[in-house]
Amino acid sequence: MKVSIEVNGETVAEEVEDRTLLVHYLRENAGLTGTNIGCDTTSCGACTVLLDGESVKSCTVLAAQADGHRVTTVEGLAPGDGELHPVQRAFREQHGLQCGFCTPGMIMASVSLLAENPKPTREQVREGLEGNLCRCTGYHNIVNAVIEASGQEVDR
Amino acid sequence: MTATEEVPMGFGRMHRKEDARFLRGRGNYVDDVVLPGMLHGAVLRSPYAHAKILSVDTSAAEAHPKVRAVITGETLAGLDLAWMPTLSGDVQAVLATDKVRFQGQEVAFVVAEDRYSARDALELIDVEYEPLAPVVDARKALDAGAPVIRDDLEGRADNHIFDWETGDKARTDEVFANAEVVAVQDMLYPRVHPAPMETCGSVADMDPVTGKLTIWTTTQAPHAHRTVYALVAGLPEHKIRVISPDIGGGFGNKVGIYPGYVCSIVGSILTGKPVKWMEDRSENLMSTSFARDYHMHGEIASTKDGKILGVRVKVLADHGAFNGTAQPTKYPAGFFGVFTGSYDIEAAHAEVTGVYTNKAPGGVAYACSFRITEAVYLVERLVDVLAHDLGLDPAELRLRNLLRPEQFPYQSKTGWEYDSGDYPRALRLALDMVGYEKLREEQAKRREAGGEQLMGIGMAFFTEAVGAGPRKHMDILGLGMADGAELRVHPTGKAVLRLSVQSQGQGHETTFAQIVAEELGISPEDIDVVHGDTDQTPFGLGTYGSRSTPVSGAATAVVARKVRERAKIVAAAMLEVSADDLEWEKGRWFVKGDRAAGKSIQDIAMAAHSNLELPEGVEGHLDATCVYNPPNLTYPFGAYVCVVDVDAGTGQVKVRRFVAVDDCGVRINPMIVEGQVHGGLADGVGMALMQGMAFDEDGNHLGGSFMDYLLPTSMECPSWELGETVTPSPHHPIGAKGVGESATVGSPAAVVNAVLDALKPHGVRHADMPLTPAAVWCALQGRPIRTDLAIP
Repeated sequence: MKVSIEVNGETVAEEVEDRTLLVHYLRENAGLTGTNIGCDTTSCGACTVLLDGESVKSCTVLAAQADGHRVTTVEGLAPGDGELHPVQRAFREQHGLQCGFCTPGMIMASVSLLAENPKPTREQVREGLEGNLCRCTGYHNIVNAVIEASGQEVDR
Repeated sequence: MTATEEVPMGFGRMHRKEDARFLRGRGNYVDDVVLPGMLHGAVLRSPYAHAKILSVDTSAAEAHPKVRAVITGETLAGLDLAWMPTLSGDVQAVLATDKVRFQGQEVAFVVAEDRYSARDALELIDVEYEPLAPVVDARKALDAGAPVIRDDLEGRADNHIFDWETGDKARTDEVFANAEVVAVQDMLYPRVHPAPMETCGSVADMDPVTGKLTIWTTTQAPHAHRTVYALVAGLPEHKIRVISPDIGGGFGNKVGIYPGYVCSIVGSILTGKPVKWMEDRSENLMSTSFARDYHMHGEIASTKDGKILGVRVKVLADHGAFNGTAQPTKYPAGFFGVFTGSYDIEAAHAEVTGVYTNKAPGGVAYACSFRITEAVYLVERLVDVLAHDLGLDPAELRLRNLLRPEQFPYQSKTGWEYDSGDYPRALRLALDMVGYEKLREEQAKRREAGGEQLMGIGMAFFTEAVGAGPRKHMDILGLGMADGAELRVHPTGKAVLRLSVQSQGQGHETTFAQIVAEELGISPEDIDVVHGDTDQTPFGLGTYGSRSTPVSGAATAVVARKVRERAKIVAAAMLEVSADDLEWEKGRWFVKGDRAAGKSIQDIAMAAHSNLELPEGVEGHLDATCVYNPPNLTYPFGAYVCVVDVDAGTGQVKVRRFVAVDDCGVRINPMIVEGQVHGGLADGVGMALMQGMAFDEDGNHLGGSFMDYLLPTSMECPSWELGETVTPSPHHPIGAKGVGESATVGSPAAVVNAVLDALKPHGVRHADMPLTPAAVWCALQGRPIRTDLAIP
């Protein structure tokens, strides 16, 4: 079927099979390879994007389901080589990434988390990011990054 | 603490250069690579652990309109590629021809126009199997009458791979015979998997016109891969270009060559098009390099007042169906020989026997530093068991036995020369940070009060051995473990550093620039670090075993010093003085006694490329190369303390606190070191409490997805509390030791010791990882568990 999705403000209309996963649509049809695939059981969250502003794991959404909807990927946060989004900046400042593979999904989940809860506690950040696995950072600096992005003092 | 916004001219906290692209989704990982006409491969895998292959019918798959090629073991046999050498000198089936030897083993490879069609076509291949009895329990692998897995090997009538020993057996037996106290404990370090977030994959592009193969692949050792492909496929090495782009974590999973890589190359040769192969998570867990799987019988001897005298150990190592373990040739059990740990003892001996079972190959992976995870876990559990038996505090027992600073360089009883260490200082710092005495008081009160909530305090003191290694002793498949570095300073004073190591997130692009900055006074921002492309970088063995800083870090400092010396000659010509009259300060040479008369490294770089007349024999330009052959390993160390709360009713363990003091000598970038430690500590929590790959009696893999193979999330990890001491490596050019794997090596024992400390009043002396709620509950009921088998 022909799928038309607004991705980062631009409409991508492509013919795809019904079974095409949104993550493959974004990576292969829209050419946005920031969104990653880390598992096959909806466990890791590396493919997290915003669908109409809500964070979803794009490996578990069909492209067809996103037809007519609005998707934001990590590439849409700081278009081109412009200023980093506050969450991106905080990840760099707090060393919240290493290999960088979970980072796009982690950042999108964090953006969503802060939209729902602008001043989360550390525990709330941990709960909010439970759906995103990271193998490099041990999460500590990611929590710091989200706290910093929320404008709160990072005390440890 | 955060990094400074200012870029340090050398060592210090500095934001990462690589972050700019990763944060924007602009990294370039293997699956991001798209080439004109690129096809997609997929692997058909064995549903059986052990079965004869009677027939493989690919006709229906070949008839699929989008399929371009179907490759079977028979296809590969025709190219003499059905088997490939492993890093342990064994062979591994690329695609099975005679029989399958583990569930998930590669049987056929489909090349199709898109990834969905490739997967569809797998369903159309009809393989007829005749199931055989599998060997699942390593402890029964050597039984008379056990099914023989490797009947492909000539003369092989059993499942025995190797016997290896280290230490002085006679002396150790004597020490044990005369010891007042001997504590004995069997323990399993269960099979786990490194599970990098990005799985393994490759894009192979064989250009039929130039005859050149380019392969983008998830490899931690691109140069070694190039050489192996040359040897295996018979391709000339200058016609092979291995590109390891951004890698989404390695953790030892991406050291070896996997059948999928070879199949993508063959697929490209057969179709004349680039072929991408990207495994999914379950394939990664079931078929790529596992870690650990050591069944250890440990013994520790001491006096009644707790002077440790000796350690004796027998290991049964489950290597799976092919011995694919990655380690230096002369070390079939890796560096397990450092099992005497951080203690001053009289004698030690270890025997390791490797066996085949019907499981995936691997063994050395997951930040193990070549089996040091196992060695440290063994000795740190044994010390705790001894403390338990003697009724001594485990911190006190360790403090009585740790090596003292004046004993370094220390020759261990198994032949390792520890470079430097101040162990008591590190342990005392960790105990102070955690408030050890107060915690013991709290624990005593809690025990007094009774109830379901149990509190445990555990610790581990570890000595690592990283930076393989001296080429005289250490090689992989005959390739000595020295690494090259090339540094070129451009006319305008910017520089490019080319390395043989390959970052998978450890921040090499930042830290190696900092080493050059420290040595030459060129800003790290002005230094590009190139790695991962065999056409552009000097030969070397890659990144694993925390060897980057010890080996390539040293090479980088040495090559920068060579450039500095060349710069001195150029500066002398510029200033019209003798080179002997010059003195260096970071970034410039100046005339002794006249600070104003000097030339910056940038001025010198331009002059080196100009018409300046240089002394006879000096070629000009500003560059140098180096191959660094390390004189010894580096021996970082650490003291870890973990506090847990255990619910005796459910068996649930909550890590309340974790204090980690690491000493890796000079810290090039403390921010990055801390991140490395954080990640490794999470590994420890995961292995100790959650991760395990068990098998059922038919050899079915029971940890084959993230639904069953559990990784720690943000909820299982506490906020880590880090401390540091600095004891430089005396033999390393900048005094730096490796550190990447320290936390993974040191932390599992600390967590397990903490849980068992909590269970101590219930009469539990030992229980094996992973200490899941079920396992903890069983231990509290006095029930035995075998965490490696579904049915104990």
